[in-house]
Amino acid sequence: MARKISYKQAINEALDLEMRRDPTVIVLGEDIVGGAGAPGEIDAWGGVLGVTKGLHAKHGNRLMDTPLSESAYIGAAIGAAACGMRPVAELMFLDFMGVCFDQILNQAAKFKYMFGGKAKTPVVIRAMVGAGFRAAAQHSQMLTPMFTHVPGLKVVCPSNAYDAKGLLIQSIRDDDPVIFCEHKALYGAECDVPEESYAIPFAEANIVREGKDVTIVSYGLTVHRALDAAEKLAKSGVQAEVIDLRTLSPIDWDTVVESVENTGRLVVVDEANPRCSIASDVASYVAQNAFGALKAAPQMVTAPHTPVPFSPVLEDLYIPSADAIAAAVNKTTARALAA
Amino acid sequence: MNERIKPIVMPKWGLSMSEGKVTGWLKPAGTRVSVGDEIVEVETDKIAGVVEANEAGTLRRVIGAPDTIYPVKALIGVIADDDVPDADIDAYVAEYATHAAEEDDAQEAGPRYEFVETPAGRLRYARRGEGEPSVILIHGFGGDLDNWLFNIDALAEAGTVYALDLPGHGQSDKTVQEASLAGLSAAVTGFMDALGIASAHLVGHSMGGAVAARTALDHPDRVASVTLIGSAGLGEEINSGYTDGFVAAASRRDLKPVLEQLFHDPATVTRQLVDDLLKYKRLDGVDAALTALAAALFAGGRQSAVLAEALKATETPVLVIWGESDQVIPATHAGVLGTRARAEIISEAGHMVQMEKANRVNELMLAHIRT
Repeated sequence: MARKISYKQAINEALDLEMRRDPTVIVLGEDIVGGAGAPGEIDAWGGVLGVTKGLHAKHGNRLMDTPLSESAYIGAAIGAAACGMRPVAELMFLDFMGVCFDQILNQAAKFKYMFGGKAKTPVVIRAMVGAGFRAAAQHSQMLTPMFTHVPGLKVVCPSNAYDAKGLLIQSIRDDDPVIFCEHKALYGAECDVPEESYAIPFAEANIVREGKDVTIVSYGLTVHRALDAAEKLAKSGVQAEVIDLRTLSPIDWDTVVESVENTGRLVVVDEANPRCSIASDVASYVAQNAFGALKAAPQMVTAPHTPVPFSPVLEDLYIPSADAIAAAVNKTTARALAA
Repeated sequence: MNERIKPIVMPKWGLSMSEGKVTGWLKPAGTRVSVGDEIVEVETDKIAGVVEANEAGTLRRVIGAPDTIYPVKALIGVIADDDVPDADIDAYVAEYATHAAEEDDAQEAGPRYEFVETPAGRLRYARRGEGEPSVILIHGFGGDLDNWLFNIDALAEAGTVYALDLPGHGQSDKTVQEASLAGLSAAVTGFMDALGIASAHLVGHSMGGAVAARTALDHPDRVASVTLIGSAGLGEEINSGYTDGFVAAASRRDLKPVLEQLFHDPATVTRQLVDDLLKYKRLDGVDAALTALAAALFAGGRQSAVLAEALKATETPVLVIWGESDQVIPATHAGVLGTRARAEIISEAGHMVQMEKANRVNELMLAHIRT
C-alpha cells in the first residue's frame, strides 16, 4: 500500500527490495555500513547521510565499506558488473567523480560497444548532487551534463520519493551503467510511495503540472522551484506546464516537443552551470525541431558560470529561484502582452 | 436556518478526495432545476465528473468560481424556490462556512482503507455504513475499489457496503493464485469468511460481474442478489482492443486512448487517472496477474465463460445495468437474461456507467437491494 516516505527512505527501500529479489545486487561505498565516528555498533550510521542505514543488518556482507579511494572501489564495482554482479556503488558526492573518470567514461561506458555488444556493465553509481547544503564548491555541483555527454552512460535525477524508488529499481535492473544523481536538498521530501516494488522506465518525462501558455522543463530540486513559479504565474493569469525530465540520458524529447507545440514558449531550468548544460541541450533541441511552434525565444534559467559559493547568501542566490523562473517566463510572454 | 434553502456542495468522490476544482457551470444562475439535472462540472486529481441536483428548485446562487479549487463539502451553489427572499439566501451563504469546517473534522476521523488476510492473500477493502444487509462491490479487470467512488456512500444508506480489491488489483496482493472466475470467486467468498459476512448482495462491474455471477451459482445461500453492470459472463463478445491494449500499454501515451474507450465522454480521462493506472501497472507482479487473467478469461477476443443460461436457472434476483455506448462489452448483452432479470440500459454512458451516471445507477441498485 502507498504511504508517505521520504526521498532518502525511498532509496533505502529500493536497495532493500532489489537485494531481496536478486542475490547478485551488492552495495559498496565509503561508510555505508558503519559510518565514520559511530559509537562502535555495527550499522550505526549507514553512509554520510544515513541513506543505507539498516541495510547491513538485513543483508550482511552484501554491503561493503570501502577504503577512501573512489578510483579503487568504483573500478571494483565496474569490474564486478562486467563479471555478472549488479553492484550499486555510493560515491557520496558526484564532485568526487573526477578521480574515477577513466573507469567510468573509458571503461564502463565503452564495454558494450568495444566488445561488440557481448559485454554488459549493469553498475549503478549513486551520488549526491546539488547546492543548498552549505557544503561549498567541492560538494555541491550539479555535474549532470558531464555524464549526458558520454554515450553509453545513463543519467537519472529524480525530483521526488516516488520517482527515486522506481527509477533506482529500474537503474539496478538495467544492463547499462547508470549515474544516479540524488539531490541532497530533497532527502527529506516526502510523498506517497507504494510499499511494493515497481520500475519506472527511462526516457519518460513526467508532466507535473498542465498549462497552455508556457512549458517549463526541469529536473531534480528545481522542479519544485518551477512549480512554485507556476503557482505565482497562475495568479497573473499565465498557465505554465511543468515537465520533470526525470532521466537526462536517455531523454524524453517527445514530451518536451509536444508540450512546446501546445504552448509555443519554452523555459528550461537547470541547476548546472549554463555552458553546455541540460538547459542549453533542451533549448537547442527545441529550437531545431520545433522552431515553427515557438512564439518567443527559449529562455534558460541556470546557475551562474561560477563555482558554488560558500557564503550562504551567495549560495541561495546561486540556485535558480522561483522568481527568476517567473521572470524568464514573463520574458517569453512579454511580446504577446505588449501586442 | 431556512429549510427551504438547499446547498450544492463540493462532493467527496472517494476516500482520498479532499478538494475539487469547479471547471464549469452547466446551468446558469436563475435556472429551474429538477432532481438529477447536471448542474456543475467538477474535476478532482483523479477524475472529472458532474454534480447533479439532489433537490428541485431554482439555482439561486452560483458560488463556485470556474477553475477554482474548493475543499470537500464547501458550498459551491444554492438551490431554493423563487419565493425565498434573497436576504435569507445571503444569510444562509454567510453562515455556511462554519458548518463545513465542523463536518470536515468529523469526516477526517473516519476509517480509510482496511486490509484483511484471506486464503487468496492480503486484500484491501473499504467499508461504509452499518447493519444488515451486506453489499459487496466487485470491480472489473484492471480496476480497483475506487471504481465505486461515486456509489459506495450512496449504497451505505441500505446497509454495510464493502468494496474490495481483487487479487492482483489495486493494493491487494499481486499474486493471483488461480487465474479464473472460480479463483476470483473463491477470493470473494474467502473475503466474506474473513469478515464474517454470511450472505451479501453482490454488485459486479465488467469482469467483477462474472465473478459475482459465478459466486451466485456456486453459493446460492450466500448471495442475496446480484447486480451486473456492463458485465462479463453474459455473452462471448468483448473488445480485445481494450483488454489486450490495457495489458500491453507501458506508457501514458499508449494507455490514454485505451482508457478513453471506457467512457462515453473521453474527456473524463484525466492525466491523473492515466498516471494512477500506470503506477498500478508498474508494480511488480501486476503484469503477470493481468496477463494470466486476460489469457484465462478473454483470450482471442472471446469471453471463455458465459454464465447466462446457468444464471437463468437460478432463483437469485438479478439486476442488469449497461451504458448504451459501452465500447468494451456490447450493451446487447443486457437483454440475454430475458424476463429472468431487470435490465436497464442507460444512455450517454459507456463501460464505466456506474461512474458516468452514478445517481441513476445508485437509484437502481438501492431499489434492487431493498426488494
